[in-house]
Amino acid sequence: MAWGQAGAWRQRPLKAVRPRGAIPRRKPPEASLPGTVLGPPRLLKSAGFRFAALFAAMFAIAAIALVAVLWWATAGALDRQTDATVRADAIALTERWRDAGATGLAEAIEERLAVDVENELIYLLMDIEGQRRLAGNLDRWPAGLPADAAWIRTRVLHDGLATEARLHRVELPGLRLLVGRDETERSQLRRLLTEGVVWASGAVAVFALAGAWLIRHALQTWMGPAFVTTAAIAGGDLSSRVALSGRGDEFDRLAQTLNTMLDRIGTLMEGVRGVSDAIAHDLRTPIARARAKLEDALATSPDEEALRAAVEQGIADLDGISRIFQALLRIAEAEAGARRAAFAPFDLAPVLADAAEIYDAMAEARGQRLRTALPATLEVIGDRDLLLQAVANLLDNAIKFTPPDGSVELTARQAGAAIEVAVADDGPGISPEDRNHVGERFFRADKARATPGSGLGLSLVRAVAHLHAGEVRLEDAVAGRDPPGLRFVLRLPAP
Amino acid sequence: MRILLVEDDAEVARFVKKGLQEAGHTVEHAPNGRDGLFLAASEQFDMLVLDRMLPGGVDGVRLVETLRSQGNRTPVLFLSALSAVDERVKGLKAGGDDYLTKPFAFAELLARVEALARRPSVDAPATRLRVADLELDLLSRNVSRAGKRIDVQPREFRLLEHLMRHAGQVVTRTMLLEKVWDYHFDPQTNVIDVHVSRLRQKLDKGFDKPLIHTVRNAGYMIRAEP
Repeated sequence: MAWGQAGAWRQRPLKAVRPRGAIPRRKPPEASLPGTVLGPPRLLKSAGFRFAALFAAMFAIAAIALVAVLWWATAGALDRQTDATVRADAIALTERWRDAGATGLAEAIEERLAVDVENELIYLLMDIEGQRRLAGNLDRWPAGLPADAAWIRTRVLHDGLATEARLHRVELPGLRLLVGRDETERSQLRRLLTEGVVWASGAVAVFALAGAWLIRHALQTWMGPAFVTTAAIAGGDLSSRVALSGRGDEFDRLAQTLNTMLDRIGTLMEGVRGVSDAIAHDLRTPIARARAKLEDALATSPDEEALRAAVEQGIADLDGISRIFQALLRIAEAEAGARRAAFAPFDLAPVLADAAEIYDAMAEARGQRLRTALPATLEVIGDRDLLLQAVANLLDNAIKFTPPDGSVELTARQAGAAIEVAVADDGPGISPEDRNHVGERFFRADKARATPGSGLGLSLVRAVAHLHAGEVRLEDAVAGRDPPGLRFVLRLPAP
Repeated sequence: MRILLVEDDAEVARFVKKGLQEAGHTVEHAPNGRDGLFLAASEQFDMLVLDRMLPGGVDGVRLVETLRSQGNRTPVLFLSALSAVDERVKGLKAGGDDYLTKPFAFAELLARVEALARRPSVDAPATRLRVADLELDLLSRNVSRAGKRIDVQPREFRLLEHLMRHAGQVVTRTMLLEKVWDYHFDPQTNVIDVHVSRLRQKLDKGFDKPLIHTVRNAGYMIRAEP
């Protein structure tokens, strides 16, 4: 059986699903638009370059931080240690001077120098005029010492050798004291460290650049397939799909999403093509019929009465055509998902009750019974008018195909996470091989050719179900009975 | 009634204007939105019939929004080739009172224009509607004819109420579907006719004067005279 309109509709050959590659390729336009030029992007605009630069910068900052910490912990610690011992020494000597005066201080210095086996202590005690050396191992006051600085690092002549020294100047009444340490070994260590850091920096720079280049290269490799595909699609080849690397990473997921999107676009394009085919094939027939009738009436009507009747018939035909058109548009809207704007939570139960009430009168007029089994409430999120239209189409269909004295049943229930609305009839049922075609536009099973209808009603039901993320199912109303009847189940996800 | 028709298609405009004039109305026609807005704002009209898409930079929705923002409450009927429900909602939200999709039957347009012009006033809500010997009590929800009580179902009551509120006017099938059932859908078959004829049977049974009349190619009308 089937759904559809009076006998003049011929059955269209069922269209096989078009394989991906079969979508006709259009030649890309010769002159591409600005912005679609596909050459390599300029260096600064390239995201790959920016990522690479960012990577190099981060790498360098990390390396600099590491070196700074190392330096502070080694060379810096040695310096701080030297300063601390010098300061302690200076304080001890100052104490000694307080206790024993300049002579005691000079003795203390000589004592210290006498036990200094490593030869790293530096002392110089002079009178305030700087003329006379009282004690110490420097021959004279180092030249060019800043007058006011307490801590100095300078080169001094120590044991006949010019060495690096850290000096602390202590002013005592009538005396000038320098306490210091020979830093030759420490500065050697510092030099070694510096050398190490310089080499390491070179290595850091090399690694940063190599890493940056790798990142840029990898980005280009990963993005490449998507880029090539989108470029091909922009060029008009809709069959192109992004190749997956098989790693299942973010880029694969992006590619999959892109491919899903492209499939969806392909389906929509098919839909548009389907609608235009339908319009071309199936809307032209009634238009041609109406036109022929009007032309015939114009040429052959014997009197005004006949002409008037023909015009009225013509208007009725046009109304029928515009209803088919309206149904096609609604299906297209629902299929495109454009109607989600009207989605709102509402109670489906009273809507179903209304639908039953509207069609009950019609069933009664045909001597049929319309039975309902509905729950008290049935919360859904969706488009109230579209769902009513879908149920109305099902009821209309069921009533049409049920013989007088038969019964139609509208039931609804919450089945776990789904809501099932079912319409069952006593009609002839539908053969399993025809079931797959129900919902294709203008499909009408052979037995239904004589029943009025456009063949669009169940297309709309299916489109509405898909719009609500649901599905439709057809089954025998009573399996094994002859005729089995048809049970049409609309399954929607519960909110 | 003085009606302003704003419609850019000359043929449709001519057809609508002629029809409305034959129904006894005065019609001014503006071919674009700007002229329409100017006329609507500067002169007094009882009703505006607006195309939704208009040339001249001011479309139907903008026109109504502008008028409403100036406090102009003239009833507005949209005529539109945009049939999507969203479009309809947009038109009504902007301040339109009714929405009719092209192509339309003139009878439908006329019925809607007259229904809009004589909308029941909100100030004095009637509690009792009467047509000839038929009485409908809105408080007790009783229907009686010549004093004899008639049992009607709740939906039949609303159907009758709507017909009686528009007594003497044509009410089309789509108007009944929208106003009595509050759905916008295509019932595919003559379900409304079935409901009306069931109601008619209840009302006219045992009386020789029918009250609900079928208006050919248009809809239904309840009136006392045959």
